[in-house]
Amino acid sequence: MISFIAQRIAKAIIVLLALVVMNFFLIRMAPGDPAVVMAGEAGAGDQLFIAQLREKFGLNQPLPVQLFLYVKGIVSLDLGFSFRQQMPVAKLILDRLPATLLLTGTAFAISLAFGILFGALAARFAGTWADTAITVAALIFYATPLFWVALMAILLFSVTMDWLPSFGYETVGAGYTGLAHVLDVAAHLILPATTIGLFFMATYARMTRASMLEVNRLDFVKTARAKGLSDAVIQRRHVLRNALLPVVTLAGLQAGTLVGGAVLTETVFAWPGIGRLMYEALLQRDYNLLLGVFVVCSAMVLAFNLITDLVYRSVDPRIEFAS
Amino acid sequence: MTVVVKNLKLALPPGGDRAYAVDDVSFELTAGKILCMVGESGSGKSMCAHALMGLLPDTVMAESGEILFEGKNLLALGPAEWLALRGRGIAMVFQEPMTALNPLMRIGEQIAEMFEAHDRLTPKERQQKALALIREVGLPDPERAVRAYPHQLSGGQRQRAMIAMALALEPAVLVADEPTTALDVTTQAQILKLIRDLQRRRKMAVMFITHDFGVVAEIADRVVVLQHGKVVEQGTADDVLRRAQHPYTRALLAAVPTLQPPQRAPLPDRSKAVEVIGLGKTYVSGGGWFRSERRVQAAKDVSFNIFRGETLGLVGESGSGKSSVARLVMRLIEPDAGTIRIGDVDLTRIGGKALREQRRRIQMVFQDPFASLNPRRKVGNIIIDGPIAHGVDPAAARKRAGELLSLVGLNTSAMERFPHEFSGGQRQRIGIARALALDPEILVADEAVSALDVSVQAQVLELLEDLKARLGLSMLFITHDLRVAAQICDRIAVMQHGAIVELKSASLLFAAPEHAYTRELLSAVPGQTASSKAA
Repeated sequence: MISFIAQRIAKAIIVLLALVVMNFFLIRMAPGDPAVVMAGEAGAGDQLFIAQLREKFGLNQPLPVQLFLYVKGIVSLDLGFSFRQQMPVAKLILDRLPATLLLTGTAFAISLAFGILFGALAARFAGTWADTAITVAALIFYATPLFWVALMAILLFSVTMDWLPSFGYETVGAGYTGLAHVLDVAAHLILPATTIGLFFMATYARMTRASMLEVNRLDFVKTARAKGLSDAVIQRRHVLRNALLPVVTLAGLQAGTLVGGAVLTETVFAWPGIGRLMYEALLQRDYNLLLGVFVVCSAMVLAFNLITDLVYRSVDPRIEFAS
Repeated sequence: MTVVVKNLKLALPPGGDRAYAVDDVSFELTAGKILCMVGESGSGKSMCAHALMGLLPDTVMAESGEILFEGKNLLALGPAEWLALRGRGIAMVFQEPMTALNPLMRIGEQIAEMFEAHDRLTPKERQQKALALIREVGLPDPERAVRAYPHQLSGGQRQRAMIAMALALEPAVLVADEPTTALDVTTQAQILKLIRDLQRRRKMAVMFITHDFGVVAEIADRVVVLQHGKVVEQGTADDVLRRAQHPYTRALLAAVPTLQPPQRAPLPDRSKAVEVIGLGKTYVSGGGWFRSERRVQAAKDVSFNIFRGETLGLVGESGSGKSSVARLVMRLIEPDAGTIRIGDVDLTRIGGKALREQRRRIQMVFQDPFASLNPRRKVGNIIIDGPIAHGVDPAAARKRAGELLSLVGLNTSAMERFPHEFSGGQRQRIGIARALALDPEILVADEAVSALDVSVQAQVLELLEDLKARLGLSMLFITHDLRVAAQICDRIAVMQHGAIVELKSASLLFAAPEHAYTRELLSAVPGQTASSKAA
């Protein structure tokens, strides 16, 4: 098991380095000299300043040396400097990361818990009105664009009913501490987390339903019935556990992308996370920051893939760790 | 009487090919006796078993009759009564032990679940009882087996675990639905003996469903023969096997191939159609930066010839490498070592277009007639695909496809139909027509009759024999069934662990087997004592 993880981490690092190299060339493919872009960002365009910038960031050196310096920077977690924000990229990202993890983590938990629950219910009552209602609702949430759901949620719950705050991470200037602060953040969290959660919940519900119906036809379910087990036990212990395998795979793939994929929701709800940071970097042509976000998101995807593999191995004994 | 089934009628949903899955069937199960229910696929034997367990599909309705057990009519039981009965009064063992066990649960847990379902014992006692049961059914290393997952056991071990599970609550009746069909012949012999022993020791009534008369001869006390849902004959094993009254029973018995190879004319031509020299193939799986790889030798220095017009049999148990050798000979997989000559052409030394051109000379008939035909294509298109790929004019190819279909005994109108519209035997004929469409010199038949009922099997074997003579084919015939091999092969090679351990003419092999493994295989074939007595 240890060797398996070590092996996977080693592979992930190689993939990450390859992505870093691609990022490096990406910025050099952008129109104009990076130094000119940076000088423009800093608000100065004269040749001397540009030359100084080149000197400072090693841009006057040959490309392989530059690549080496860039990769060296990444290895020591130095993602470069954002001239727009006048701050190291790593610090900017680290500041925003907790908010994003809180949002996507909550959304992920909501979507998995309710997706599996509704999927299992739909499968259990397949062909009845309950099944139809769940399936249709799932289809609607799946097909509706996230930002539209977000806007409608704001209109309904914030504007019309005034139950929940419509934007931000906390009430600015309220200065809450302790439990009051937690509740304040939680109130802010509900709308964006549910918005993202609904979409993914729909996919998990549909997948759980289809997978359970398929597993229900397998022989070992008949064996379980022949034992005299009650239907509830059979569904929970035999069917659901087997049916969850594909859901785990799907959830693992989506968990990684959720980190960078919350751009729309974070923007609509003015949530101070990575997604909005990326959106701002894009608008402001903050290349270093943008690339930094890309690297972090890639690392997240790789990390979640590794976690998925470990989870999958723990639920399916047929996949064995090399001893 | 432990169980009395009286005039049972199970109605199929309207619109099927018959109205009743089981029509007016009566039989009795007696404590300490084994009743074998025999019939071909679709005869309704599995339906009878499922009716006994209350596990009929929702679409099948018990229309009339009764199943009496412990003074109650099972057909009138409510859901709660069924839960209490299943596993405790009547337990069941299924055909395919791999799929009948939950892959995510340990064997011990699955056995312990039997007690849990009926609220018996404490969790700790359940585990101890599971261990005791695993010992009783003779699983090696019981402590390890309790903690094992199904995939960690072999097929025979899994079936032992299934039997342990069924025995847990000491049921009065054991229903076994083709419990040895998916097993190798030597494993089958062990499982049959185990069921026999347990049933005697525990005085159980056993209902044993099988399509194999060899198995019947081995274990049955009484026999019920089913055809199209009706009982055509029933009686003691001795009566049914030796003094069968009904023509259907007699036909079934006659269709069972014997282990006596028929006299075969010597081959007119001693030139080699296929020459295989020193073939080697090792599968390497796993393996990476930090782990060692797993190696399986599928072919070890395999050498043989097939003469023109000859059928060479390749027999052995699952995992012996026979299918790998077939795929190597066709160069569907790449050999690690060795030479394969088709006539004068060395298949191992060509590639690309040259290899594709040679492929038409050697064609394959697959085991599963359901999986080997594309369900979305019409039969005609399936047959002409190959010839068109080799540059034959489509109109000519279609004409030839029609001829081939009549050659294999089907109507030419089959061209316009889809594979699912045909029975298993008909599909296998289509598979043969498809293989013949390329005018091959050699046919490779990989378990080509193993999935078929015995009467259909006899017909397809006859067809292959006839085609071979008419078209001057050579054949590599792969089978796990020694009876089939005896009937169709000129010479037989016995494979074990990727190597040929014995290769000689069929008559010599059966009369004087030399290798210990060959002898073991031969002695494991079920029903020999009975059939030799009958003969």
